[in-house]
Amino acid sequence: MRAQFVFHEVWIGLRRNLTMTVALVVVVAISLSLLGTGLLFVKQVDNTRQFWQSRVQLSVYLCTKSSLGGTCAKNGAVTPDEITSIRNQLLATHDIASIQYVSQKQAVAQFRQEFANDEPIVKYTSTDQIPPSFEIRLKNTETDAASVTQVMDGAPGVSGVINDASILDQFYRLLDGARNAVVLIAIFLLVAAILLVANTIRLSAFNRRRETSIMRLVGASNFYVQLPFLMEGMIAGLIGWLVATGLLIVAKSLLLSSLHSVFPLGVQLSTTDLVEVIIVAMITGLLICGSTSFLTLRRYLRV
Amino acid sequence: MPLTSISSTHCDGPVIHFDNVTKTYANQGRPALENVNLDVEKGEFVFLVGPSGSGKSTFLRLVLKEERPTSGRIHVAGKDLARLTNWKVPHLRRRIGCVFQDFRLLPNKNVYQNIAFALEVIGKPRRFIRKVVPEVIDLVGLEGKRDRMPDELSGGEQQRVAMARAFVNRPMILLADEPTGNIDPATSIGIMKVLDRINRTGTTVVMATHDAAIVDSMRKRVIELEYGKVVRDQSRGVYGQAY
Repeated sequence: MRAQFVFHEVWIGLRRNLTMTVALVVVVAISLSLLGTGLLFVKQVDNTRQFWQSRVQLSVYLCTKSSLGGTCAKNGAVTPDEITSIRNQLLATHDIASIQYVSQKQAVAQFRQEFANDEPIVKYTSTDQIPPSFEIRLKNTETDAASVTQVMDGAPGVSGVINDASILDQFYRLLDGARNAVVLIAIFLLVAAILLVANTIRLSAFNRRRETSIMRLVGASNFYVQLPFLMEGMIAGLIGWLVATGLLIVAKSLLLSSLHSVFPLGVQLSTTDLVEVIIVAMITGLLICGSTSFLTLRRYLRV
Repeated sequence: MPLTSISSTHCDGPVIHFDNVTKTYANQGRPALENVNLDVEKGEFVFLVGPSGSGKSTFLRLVLKEERPTSGRIHVAGKDLARLTNWKVPHLRRRIGCVFQDFRLLPNKNVYQNIAFALEVIGKPRRFIRKVVPEVIDLVGLEGKRDRMPDELSGGEQQRVAMARAFVNRPMILLADEPTGNIDPATSIGIMKVLDRINRTGTTVVMATHDAAIVDSMRKRVIELEYGKVVRDQSRGVYGQAY
């Protein structure tokens, strides 16, 4: 095998249909970077889900004098008896990992601490408006959260139940939607890339039909005849992948980081995640370009 | 001139053996070759004559395994072509050189590169190529023209390049399909001399031709085909049938 000869042939092939090569590189680059972006979204959602799985809390807010939710307007502020019975009821009916009573005093202190920078809010929020609550962590949030909400909603002394997970679900839905859109476009572009690879190889084979017919005549092995074309497709794919890698790094730092500034999701994607996605993109690119070239060649360079 | 012998064969049987071969192309009623039986021995020089469409080209394509026979058996260089797998066909073709009427040179390569190409693509080392290409350039009589491009050469010279390319790997068989078809009679004599020289190194030459003058002057074996059948097989024959 004479590597120099093969590379020379590849170089000639790529240069002779430069326009097709450039088109191929661009389409591969865009499709791979979109695919990669989709994968980054998937990873972001997965990581976020995992991160919040153990941290999701249910907050059962109790009545204060001024609260209106649930049974509060009728019964007034929660009584110590009601607090005990709520706790017992929760412990009896559900698999609870931890339950913590936050008294009104504690809640106010916490509130003041959290909004320390925002004096007007602290100033104009009366102690009465901040309810005491039970902060609950369930063993199986996904299965039990709904029933806790059902049981507690309308129980005496309870003004309302808020499930953190339901807030997160909105982010998930947003990210899932973005992912689906991006992956769908990526798939369309990958189909375009496949057709372009096929066409580029076909043109290349046509351009060099003299050479290949002589090669076959003097007994060059199929591998030797096809390798330059195969490499042409693969090299175009690799260049496209390199461009896509650049785009993905930009996409990760710009897109997802700006997403983080809007929705604090709790987890950032690591460099490892990015590298993983880039490797997947490379394998996809090489597979698509390589196998398409190979299949096209089987049609146009028969023995 | 010293000629390195590369392809030596151990089989003593015929180099080309056709056993009751029939070839019918799809969508054609009449077979291109019909019940052809013939043997070509090692070192023979054979003319294949007959009108256009008589099956000469089909014969050559069958030897190269570019086509498969509809029925019958073909052995080339001791190999049964029916049992030769596709990936081994290139190895068969390395033992067969080919020359055509239209030369089939690469226009963007010079004489040396055109000949070297045949060796490069079968993975021969560069040292070997540098040694044998000048040898064949001398053999075909193109001394001093190794850097010429094909369009700077006459038809006869281009055909010499093609013959050098066909012979550079020292094939067992040289197939020539109307090699003098595009060349004037005076130049053709030179071409035939080269073919004769190649033949004398032990290479079997099979030449399909219409050129009666050449066939008559060479006095070699003549196989005449008509409508796909062998109608004459004469050693030391002439082109036209002697009535």
